[in-house]
Amino acid sequence: MDQQHEQARVDGHARTPVATIADEHRRNGARLDSDLARQAAAGRTVRDDAAVVFDLDDVTVSYAGFPAIRNVSMQVRERMITALIGPSGCGKTTLLRTLNRMNDLIPSASVEGTVRYKGADLYARHVDPVEVRRRIGMVFQKANPFPKSIRDNILFGPKATGMTFDADDLVEKSLRGAALWDEVKDKLDSSALGLSGGQQQRLCIARAIAVEPDTILMDEPCSALDPIATGAIENLMRELREHYTIIIVTHNMQQAARASDMTAFVTTEVSHDEDGRDRRSGRLIEYDRTEVIFGDPRDTRTEDYVSGRFG
Amino acid sequence: MAVSTPERISRDAVQALQAPPGRNRSERAFKMVLLVTTGIAVVMLVVLLLDILVDGVAFVTGQRLLQYSSRFPDQFGFRSGITGTLSLMVLVALLSFPIGVGAATYFEEFAPQNWFTRLAEANISNLAGVPSVVYGLLGAGVFVYFFSLGRSLIVGAITLSLLILPVIIVASRESLRAVPRTLREAGLGLGATPLQVTWRQVLPQALPGILTGTILALSRAIGETAPILVVGALFSRRADNVPWDINDAFSALPIQIYNLVSRPQQEFQAQVAPAGIIILLVLLLLMNSIAIILRNRSSRSN
Repeated sequence: MDQQHEQARVDGHARTPVATIADEHRRNGARLDSDLARQAAAGRTVRDDAAVVFDLDDVTVSYAGFPAIRNVSMQVRERMITALIGPSGCGKTTLLRTLNRMNDLIPSASVEGTVRYKGADLYARHVDPVEVRRRIGMVFQKANPFPKSIRDNILFGPKATGMTFDADDLVEKSLRGAALWDEVKDKLDSSALGLSGGQQQRLCIARAIAVEPDTILMDEPCSALDPIATGAIENLMRELREHYTIIIVTHNMQQAARASDMTAFVTTEVSHDEDGRDRRSGRLIEYDRTEVIFGDPRDTRTEDYVSGRFG
Repeated sequence: MAVSTPERISRDAVQALQAPPGRNRSERAFKMVLLVTTGIAVVMLVVLLLDILVDGVAFVTGQRLLQYSSRFPDQFGFRSGITGTLSLMVLVALLSFPIGVGAATYFEEFAPQNWFTRLAEANISNLAGVPSVVYGLLGAGVFVYFFSLGRSLIVGAITLSLLILPVIIVASRESLRAVPRTLREAGLGLGATPLQVTWRQVLPQALPGILTGTILALSRAIGETAPILVVGALFSRRADNVPWDINDAFSALPIQIYNLVSRPQQEFQAQVAPAGIIILLVLLLLMNSIAIILRNRSSRSN
């Protein structure tokens, strides 16, 4: 165990850069032998030199003064799929919504620490959350198309952000990008609410890429979908990775193992305040390559979770 | 322990799936209570309408619509009341709809959660319960005398607008609140500004509900007598309010009806007043139908 790993174990969160994590011995000798570990080990191409998109330093997000997730430090790299896994209520979604300032919509929410996006502090005074969200798109847990036509769903964002575009081209390009074009090309003017759940979610992804963001945040995008629709979205994510940085929150460990390059395990920790009451807040336990998290995790809590003994 | 044969299992299942004694009876009793309450409401309304129709329908003639008021019952027409009421309605709608929806949108979408917002909210809810004659006195004191607008059409319209504003605000807030939060998040997540999301997504979605609330409020305004009486609506004038001069004096159907039923002549009470009520009701139904068509069109396009 080298010094950096020892350090990560001591302070409970991984700050080790991706490059130094790529220890050959662990890649060859995964301790855990499970379907998840094998899926996670299959066909990875993590670029160790990828640029850092998000740099979180000691980030704590609180609601009405109570931390929902605290002291998170991690770096998310460009054009990779980074999965956030962990039990319900551990703060994964809160952490995700911190990255495009969606938590601003909740008046009691506050963020401490620094969140840097390509080097710029997202929570600096002069930063406009509208500009942040324009570059960092979001796909939500429940497909939420506008109750309008498919075409209007795609074009709302580009119109709102004042892009110059050719409507027909953009609609086709976005829908193709979300692997939905062939299914809907003949009914672009019919209501988006007539689509199936999986199609609606892909429409939401198409809508998100229509504004040409560089990062897409996905909050459990497949939780309401059947396995076939889920498979379609996972394939789509792998294609999108060529052009976009993707961060996905998921309850589904198979999904994290199958689809993601990097995985962060978050869980709830109970601490006691001055009055002796329980305070529950999320902690980032371990953050590493997906095959390491599922094959050879350092922390026993991660191991318990990925091997199904917890949560 | 008895041996469980297929017969026994199915007998037990049949027994277990039956409703326990008494449940069906209480379910049915509750349904009856609901039916009776609905019946009372509907029957009262039908009786009221029939009574008025029987009394007055024979006296609704073309001349009642086209002529001005007169000393003689058989020559009395509601022309100035009809044009006055129609003008009032259009002006009230133009004034109260944008102001009411604007205020509701501010409260629901933009207002910070602080003591001032809560105070304003509580005030609006209370205003909805203030008696209409008080609005009349306010209109008379502030607009007729303080702003020297006189006893004019615009003062009547402003007064009625103030009267129904709280109702429109409360109803609009309810329907804005019914728009799912996920819709706002979807818009904001695409990089749209809060203004764009409100204007292009939330308000269109809430519009049918807002229109319903506005229709109900306008229907209330059309029948109000007290406030416009206080601000000086005329019983009788030999002029129309169409086309508008908003500084012109005005009459209105409820004022005319109120005046007619308090006259000594039997013909005015029993013949002309019911005819006026029917004309008022028809105007109201017409206005409601237009609004319902508008509402259905806006909810279909969503």
